[in-house]
Amino acid sequence: MSEKAMRPRKVDPLDFLEVDALLTDEELLIRDTVRQFVADRVLPDIGDWFEDGVFPKELAKEMAAMGLLGMHLDGYGCAGTNSVSYGLACTELEYGDSGVRSFVSVQGSLAMFPIWAFGSEEQKQDWLPRMAAGEVIGCFGLTEADSGSDPGSMRTRARRDGDDWVLNGSKMWITSGNIADVAVVWAQTDEGIRGFIVPTDTKGFTANLIHKKLSLRASVTSELVLDDVRLPGDAVLPDVVGLKGPLSCLNEARFGILFGAVGAARACYEAALSYAGERRQFDVPIASFQLTQRKLVEMLIGINRGMLVAVHLGRKKDDGTLDPTHVSFGKLDNVRMALQVAREARSVLGANGITLEYPVVRHMNNLESVYTYEGTNEIHTLILGQAITGINAFS
Amino acid sequence: MKIAVCAKQIPDPATPYQLDPTTHYVVRPNDQVLDDTDRYGIEVGLQLAAAAGDASVTVFSMSPSGSLQGIRQALAMGADKAVIVDDAGLRGADALTTARILAAAIEREGFDVVIAGTESTDGYTGVVPQQIAELLGVPSLTFARKIDRHGDGIRIERQTSNGYDVVDANPPLLISVTSGAVEPRYPTFKGIMQAKSKPVETVTAADLGVEVAAGQSIAAVEPVPARQAGEIVTDEGDAFERIVALLEQVKVI
Ligand SMILES: Cc1cc2nc3c(=O)[nH]c(=O)nc-3n(C[C@H](O)[C@H](O)[C@H](O)COP(=O)(O)OP(=O)(O)OC[C@H]3O[C@@H](n4cnc5c(N)ncnc54)[C@H](O)[C@@H]3O)c2cc1C
Repeated sequence: MSEKAMRPRKVDPLDFLEVDALLTDEELLIRDTVRQFVADRVLPDIGDWFEDGVFPKELAKEMAAMGLLGMHLDGYGCAGTNSVSYGLACTELEYGDSGVRSFVSVQGSLAMFPIWAFGSEEQKQDWLPRMAAGEVIGCFGLTEADSGSDPGSMRTRARRDGDDWVLNGSKMWITSGNIADVAVVWAQTDEGIRGFIVPTDTKGFTANLIHKKLSLRASVTSELVLDDVRLPGDAVLPDVVGLKGPLSCLNEARFGILFGAVGAARACYEAALSYAGERRQFDVPIASFQLTQRKLVEMLIGINRGMLVAVHLGRKKDDGTLDPTHVSFGKLDNVRMALQVAREARSVLGANGITLEYPVVRHMNNLESVYTYEGTNEIHTLILGQAITGINAFS
Repeated sequence: MKIAVCAKQIPDPATPYQLDPTTHYVVRPNDQVLDDTDRYGIEVGLQLAAAAGDASVTVFSMSPSGSLQGIRQALAMGADKAVIVDDAGLRGADALTTARILAAAIEREGFDVVIAGTESTDGYTGVVPQQIAELLGVPSLTFARKIDRHGDGIRIERQTSNGYDVVDANPPLLISVTSGAVEPRYPTFKGIMQAKSKPVETVTAADLGVEVAAGQSIAAVEPVPARQAGEIVTDEGDAFERIVALLEQVKVI
């Protein structure tokens, strides 16, 4: 057995474990393209968008031009990249802002994916190319005011009326609701939970903006009201019945989030690292203090570990060996890590840490939503708990 | 229409350049990126090709191939193929040698329009495009800040120090494009995935029938002198007069 000597080398504080070496040229080029886009189009204005509470809708077409929307889906105008590339794109988008990444997750994984996976050929032809092009914006209506972690308890109902379907109920916390042209709405039917493609200009459909958010402000969050919304018989997604429909969408989106969270954390770490090197107190840079170094090192470890987990799970997804519980592991740990990193970074920046001049408090607030949506930290804990003990502790 | 775009792979400007201590040449790592200024030329090429309809865009580059990262970026933006002149004998080639090589490669392929940036980010000689035009015997439309099709030909606005000239010419011709002339597109993901299967031809100077003779050597390299401390003008009511005087002294007003 030959043994390679370990030699001291220069380390890269931003890619400490050299995770880049695990990526192909193609994946790196996709990553760098999104990184450049975020630097050009998101970072200069994101502080203002957050403060003003707006999502710049014009970004949709620009992102579509690159192939970002539904990028990991095949055919119908989608780019058809591998899962690792999709994940890396999410990392870069969320380095910019969780709201921008949320938009892309919802469009690709929550609105396009169910049509792609469970739709009829006509539905796919009709919707997917326009959604990939950013001409049609989608949203995903699962959660209700009284039905969050337990979506099976939803009260929105679809009933047959001749050939038509008639939907009644309401959905809450729906990302992109007010800017969407189409909503994929999940509702109870006599057969079980089913998905419906609802054009948002259908009579009886209204979207109400949720105001006073202190998180994901550069993202639109809405309530959807369905009041006798009449849809033709072919509006239902034919190929899935039951909760596994929406849950399989969530798995796709959660996969993007476990990569995305690492991006938000990296932005906070970079800000803290550079600030700590420049800010002087007691005549020395604050990076000289052991307490500060410890914070920076904890961030470094969390981010590198998170990225390794993400790339590993990405490879498993591309191999077809990824289990939904693996996604729970990644979502739970990476988002928790990112939130801790953001809070530590916030403290390193002192008073400056509370302003939008730096990205940190914005990410910190955003990550509170990311912690809750797509399965709360607690729900993923219970999924993992059930996976290893065989005991359901949900209720 | 056959469009030739000259583009260079350079060491990533984000990491500090290293010079070989004996030859003083830039040390070229295996991974080199597309020179940012070339993204404009490629964009112009792609736009002209789209407008012309039946057109091809070929990227010409003289550089060690390395991982081809920079060339793939150009192909991912939409160029159809690339020709790389990779020849150990060309290391440290001067501007005229570079122009002779590129002109020979372009001529061999055939062309209607040659496009180049105005100067590279690592070499900054700023003369290669004009030399290529001269060697190919075609008009050079330099420092283009705007490029349009005009009848059968091309019309550009040439950036000058106090405005711009409008210059027309019919192909074959060469255009040198200023940074900012167009908004370079981001590579598309489909383009990135297709780039791998696009043809990249690697040739040597001998393949092109160009004899390389060292025309220059770099005698010495000096670090930029440290900046002198500035002069601080404290306002005692007459600061503006003293600042005006200082500005006149350095002849900026
Ligand atoms: C900004 C934002 C955007 C969103 N976008 C969308 C969207 O586009 N589409 C959509 O459908 N939904 C969306 N959501 C909703 C999101 O998915 C839900 O908020 C989430 O599922 C949690 O539901 P809840 O808020 O009702 O919390 P609850 O389910 O009421 O949970 C409250 C607390 O109780 C805990 N809890 C619940 N059950 C258990 C249990 N069995 N054991 C232990 N603890 C438990 C939770 O973990 C949590 O801590 C969004 C939410 C936010 C904040």
